[in-house]
Amino acid sequence: MVSPNTPETPGGATVPSGAPRSIHDVVIRLAGNSQDGIQSVGGFLARLAGRSDQDIMTYMTIPSTISGGPSIFQVRMGTGDILSAGDRADMLVAFYQHSYDAHIGSLRPGGVLLYDSDHVKPAADDNRFTNVAVPITSATVEAVGGTSKDKGKNIFVLGLIARVFDLDVAKLAALIKERFGGKNEDVVRNAMLAFDAGYAWPQNNLRDLFFRFEAIDRAVATNGRPQVTMDGNIALAYGLITGGVRHGAGYPITPWSSIMETLRAELPKYGGIFVQCEDEIAAVSTALGFSYTGQLAITGSAGPGLSLKMEALGWAVMAEMPLIVVNVQRGGPSTGMPTNVEQSDLMQAIYGSHGDTPRVVLAPKNVEDCFYIAIEAARIAREYSTPVFILTDMGLSSRIEAFDEPDLPKLMVDAKPDLSDRGADFKPYPRDRLTRHAPPGAKIGSGKYPTVTGLEHDELGHPTGSPKLHMQMTAKRREKIKALAASLPAPEHAGDSAGEVLLVTWGSSWGPGREALTRIRNAGVKAGHLHLRHIHPLPNGLEQTFARYHKIVVAELNDEGLYGFGQLTMMLRARYANPSIVSVTKTDGLTFKVSELVAGIGKHIESTALEASAGTARKSVLANG
Amino acid sequence: MSSAVATPPPPAGAPLTKKALTADHPTWCPGCGDFAVLASFYRVLEKLQYPHEKIVTFAGIGCSSRFPYFVNTHGGHFIHGRALPFAAGISLGNDDLHVFVFGGDGDGFSIGGNHLVHTARKNIRMTYVIMDNSVYGLTKKQTSPTSPLGFKTKTDPTGAIDQPINPMRTLINSGATFVARSHATQVNHMVDMMLRAAKHDGFSVVEILSECVEFFEGAFDAAVPRKGGTWSLIDEKKHDGTPEDEKRHDTSDEVAAFKLAQQAWPGSFGVFYENKTRKTKNALEAELVVKAKERTKNAADLALLQATFARMR
Repeated sequence: MVSPNTPETPGGATVPSGAPRSIHDVVIRLAGNSQDGIQSVGGFLARLAGRSDQDIMTYMTIPSTISGGPSIFQVRMGTGDILSAGDRADMLVAFYQHSYDAHIGSLRPGGVLLYDSDHVKPAADDNRFTNVAVPITSATVEAVGGTSKDKGKNIFVLGLIARVFDLDVAKLAALIKERFGGKNEDVVRNAMLAFDAGYAWPQNNLRDLFFRFEAIDRAVATNGRPQVTMDGNIALAYGLITGGVRHGAGYPITPWSSIMETLRAELPKYGGIFVQCEDEIAAVSTALGFSYTGQLAITGSAGPGLSLKMEALGWAVMAEMPLIVVNVQRGGPSTGMPTNVEQSDLMQAIYGSHGDTPRVVLAPKNVEDCFYIAIEAARIAREYSTPVFILTDMGLSSRIEAFDEPDLPKLMVDAKPDLSDRGADFKPYPRDRLTRHAPPGAKIGSGKYPTVTGLEHDELGHPTGSPKLHMQMTAKRREKIKALAASLPAPEHAGDSAGEVLLVTWGSSWGPGREALTRIRNAGVKAGHLHLRHIHPLPNGLEQTFARYHKIVVAELNDEGLYGFGQLTMMLRARYANPSIVSVTKTDGLTFKVSELVAGIGKHIESTALEASAGTARKSVLANG
Repeated sequence: MSSAVATPPPPAGAPLTKKALTADHPTWCPGCGDFAVLASFYRVLEKLQYPHEKIVTFAGIGCSSRFPYFVNTHGGHFIHGRALPFAAGISLGNDDLHVFVFGGDGDGFSIGGNHLVHTARKNIRMTYVIMDNSVYGLTKKQTSPTSPLGFKTKTDPTGAIDQPINPMRTLINSGATFVARSHATQVNHMVDMMLRAAKHDGFSVVEILSECVEFFEGAFDAAVPRKGGTWSLIDEKKHDGTPEDEKRHDTSDEVAAFKLAQQAWPGSFGVFYENKTRKTKNALEAELVVKAKERTKNAADLALLQATFARMR
């Protein structure tokens, strides 16, 4: 099986039937309805991969309708680094006719179509795929018995998949028992009946499909710590807890809600509180109130909710109150495409609100980074007394990945409010130092208690209309963010250190970006890849990196706008005044495919003079992705 | 505003006095009712003798919301209408504090109306003083949510046409567990109401009619005897078993409180409603923590987190 996602992998077409064919990785797309539990099949596969030292990446769409409606879960698992969810599927599992109709186009020619023959009739004249018909619904009903409901067909399919890919059945069974263990025994028994029936399904051409993942070099693949499997929102929530955040407030909105749900359930165990507020404005206000008491707090939302929080964020900048603000970006504007991904809130995060409001914007690159960036955001917020945005997105929020279990004892932050007495010289807003608020409860030696305020103020927090003070305090708020910029590490760079093109990505485009780099370099392009986690402030020194490439192509999931550039591209062009900085943008609500990035880069560099020396292989890759 | 000259702090253990509680000189217009509210608040704090560092004075935006600058306690000045959710964070973030919120009728009943309802329903422990002048003063005379019908303002030059809010009815209906009404010309009454509000375990609100001499002069004269008005105090039930006690107002009776709130202008003053049994959100959240800690056998944070990650292997 040759995956289009790893074209260099040798195929196994000559291996005799019955013996397993070795594969590097596989992309399976499950298409059904949201109530079919296909997400939990994806979840099982993801966790299995995590326990098998295999790498994993998933991609999920859930309908925004209340119940039912088409839903997909795509899982890519394999040996070695899996960086993106895969451009095209190697196997499509279609539960319904509409699943088949909508997704057959995503299956690569030569791939496997596994379909529920109780519901799906594939096109008779389409012989591009290996078709495997299994009466999934009736076989599940028969296996579980005693009910006419088809509950459990997801587990039946899991059994089928386990058979085809020679997955570790004992580990899967253990996962199923863990998952349903809290429920009554019948549930576990039925699940295992469905699983066994799927695994043992005696379909002839199914038996011919038999793959095994390449053996993994364990010494290279692991660092001694086990892998954990979770989605980006969960990773972010636990990153916040690890970073010492114990308080927060929010209002439900897709795709942010699972962060607040997790924190609401978890924080009381750690002695904390998460408040569900009456609206987005109350949520940011309550979170700021928590921070004021010395308990660094988190609020979050998606774009529309962030719009509502902006006035309070202006206050947070003016009053220099630490705060973590999460934006799980979705398709906008307005209600837009609430269950799709976009990176169109970048300018909002940097410049939203009113007045001059310098603040910090970070963006995680993958699920694992959601965990680490939350810890970093908490540290920066405390150290610089500033709101810190975490710009994640719908893609990361629901994607499941396995990653090395973090070194929790080393990372855990114990952040108790500092209620110690403050000296007689205490000032909430010293001009020559970073602001460190004295929370209520702290005695002030001078007997003069501080006021935190959104009015322009002097060093003690008293309101002022002095033009001089406004200039000085505006500079104070600006300079502290510049001090942060100077302390930032150089961003991650891969590939050639100079050359024709530098691909710049941010947020969830890191994985596809890295794969695109490999593909264009294999095609003979001298290229680098730079990934930005610190969006605002930008790390210092990027201009030297940019100067070493003929073109800097910035990939963004947002619109090219009125002037032909994405939002980060606009920022970079304004900052570096470098006309070689250009964009690849798109607004289809999906994460970047590797082929889209490659073709996007191709458009920019094949029009240059360098084209003359280009070979045909290179031309083909850059033209077609 | 100069505060370069630092007065020496009072010696430890010294009682908290008005002198120690006084900060910047108020910026209100001469004759503003808010001066009397501020003076009463100093007296309330003198009576309560809370540790100085545990008092928090917070406000939103408006003339009255300048209050925290004039009180020397921990405090702050938030954005328009959102002081209550901010104060909710203070109250829930540190249960050891005494949280006072000051604001006007625009802050409380208009832009912050939604927050008032929900802070009340959640019964978050704090005291909220609404200095109601029935006009937008800081922005120089626009209609407020409590402006009476016919009141001429810059936004209603021919007189207000929208039905005003009835603050007492709104507050009782929202589920506030202590609802009282006072008048800025009645200092002793204000002190009494604020004192009882501060001692109430829950969300306590005192609405104080506080005249804006600049933009709504004489607004509350109907309740000022020396201006020909009637000062009508609520006669609270003493539970002494006497026949006359039957007629007195039972502050725990929500329906009776509604009836009082329906009286014709200027109505009555005093405690309309008081619920001493409903739990605060502070207490309910603390119970959640206790239960969660029981379930996890008081595991240390790190052990808890490690166990969680082990389950995600």
